[in-house]
Amino acid sequence: MRHGPAARILVTAALAVAAIYFLVPAYWLLVAATKGPGELASTPPLGLGKSFDLVGNIRKLFSYHDGLFLRWIANTMLYAGVGALIATLLATATGYALAKFRFRGREALFTVVLAGVLVPTTALALPSYLLLSKVGLTNTYPGVLLLSVVSPFGVFLSRIYAAASVPDEILEAARIDGAGEFRTFFRISLPLLAPAMVTVFLFQLVAIWNNFLLPLVVLSDQRLYPVTLGLYTLSTNARYPDLQSLTIVGSLVATLPLVVAFLSLQRFWRSGLAAGSVK
Amino acid sequence: MRIRAPHLFVLPFALLFALVYVAPVGYAIHQSLFVSEVSGLGLGPGDRTTKFVGLSNYWQALTDPALLRGVGRTLLFGVVQVPVMLGLALVLALLLDSGVAWLGGFFRLAFFLPYGIPGVIAAILWGFLYLPELSPFGHHDFLSSSTVLWSMANVTTWQWTGYNMLILFAALQAVPRELYEAARMDGAGELRTVVSVKLPMIMPALVMTGIFSIIGTLQLFSEPKVFRNLTGAVSSDYTPNLITFTEAFDNNNPHMASAIAVLLALVTCVLSFGLLKLSWRGAAEEQR
Repeated sequence: MRHGPAARILVTAALAVAAIYFLVPAYWLLVAATKGPGELASTPPLGLGKSFDLVGNIRKLFSYHDGLFLRWIANTMLYAGVGALIATLLATATGYALAKFRFRGREALFTVVLAGVLVPTTALALPSYLLLSKVGLTNTYPGVLLLSVVSPFGVFLSRIYAAASVPDEILEAARIDGAGEFRTFFRISLPLLAPAMVTVFLFQLVAIWNNFLLPLVVLSDQRLYPVTLGLYTLSTNARYPDLQSLTIVGSLVATLPLVVAFLSLQRFWRSGLAAGSVK
Repeated sequence: MRIRAPHLFVLPFALLFALVYVAPVGYAIHQSLFVSEVSGLGLGPGDRTTKFVGLSNYWQALTDPALLRGVGRTLLFGVVQVPVMLGLALVLALLLDSGVAWLGGFFRLAFFLPYGIPGVIAAILWGFLYLPELSPFGHHDFLSSSTVLWSMANVTTWQWTGYNMLILFAALQAVPRELYEAARMDGAGELRTVVSVKLPMIMPALVMTGIFSIIGTLQLFSEPKVFRNLTGAVSSDYTPNLITFTEAFDNNNPHMASAIAVLLALVTCVLSFGLLKLSWRGAAEEQR
């Protein structure tokens, strides 16, 4: 279809207005993180402060309580990275088996997994905490990890992807050549499933990184906090200028790398989202 | 070997699923059927006992005015916020898909960016933007009891519009372009094509985003939890999830908290299953 320049300008302008709405808070965060002590309230909110003290602010953040912030970052990487990795392996193997084998309990398992997709994780947080406290796993790394490695949505996605992208003929050929099922899975099927695995990994990573209620109820030792919970505790005193500044710089440092990674991996999101919308 | 392989593939997941999904749900249901009773001073080892009370926690929850107010508030939030967000996401997706605008790739990234920021941090960030002494938006009171609900709705809209836009955009991109040609041949204008061709084609995606948004609304927690530190307008029973938290940790009543959590999970599942069914029936009728 052909469009005149007037239509182009009009539509681009409308999208630009929307973009301002989505970008202003991020811009404010960027600018506020550079302001010196006491300048947050005394200088224009959307302009630079009198001093440009981003490095000093970051130094203060990293030295807060002997490097507590860096520890929060490391914890987040552990929870989200290791949790998503294990979740991806489990979900891929399960989705593959559901798509490529007929076995007893297959339909039942898939139905239960689908129900699991619909159960809100916040509803699970409290009873999970009660159960963990029975076995003494609250306030521990394994406790949080245990609750992070199960992804029903990942199974759902892997099943769709495996059904479409692993041809039965290849599996038959491997069997005729005498390869065992596990060898076939690791050598032949996994490489074919790699794109789906990246998508599942990303989704679970974000799900863990976004989950606030779970670490809030399970953890009480600040040194085990993920960075989201850490920043939340800092923000509970958000009326104090010093902590305001720490919280702002911390939010920037914690989100910037992820946002960049996110935007550059956008095509994997689209494939996962598309699969989700055709179910 | 060949018979047992699939079971070994699914076993680790199935075990952990049972442990992390099935067991907590079962335990919550079990806990919700009891109350704890305190006798004497409540200090001795035998002074706290649990007693089976059947469904009475549920009855008490369903008739609790505070919980009903929280549910009502959440409904009001959802009835306004979900259509506004999905409408905005739909318009943006349609505009981007039309290919009319310059810089389409940049806009897509800009809209999607807030999704990369965790909910709590988004709430903290907007909390600063609402604070009178820091706000770039002039001297409005964003945190009063009449405005704070909509200030939270704005946080949710800001964070999730781009995500929903991307789902709808992906669905639009999958529509065969020949359909647009055919509509044009039939004399349909842009708007007519949107209503008669594009919207029906992406209906499943729209239903999906609607379901996810409703589930999200029912779970509302981070925003009220964060905003509670900024303003007295957000009470400890502001949303159902906040009530669950308050019951469990402030009132030390895991039984009532479990009952509310079970109710919430039940309502969510029924709602999403119902909507899915409805959309399937609609799709089946369309094909006839």
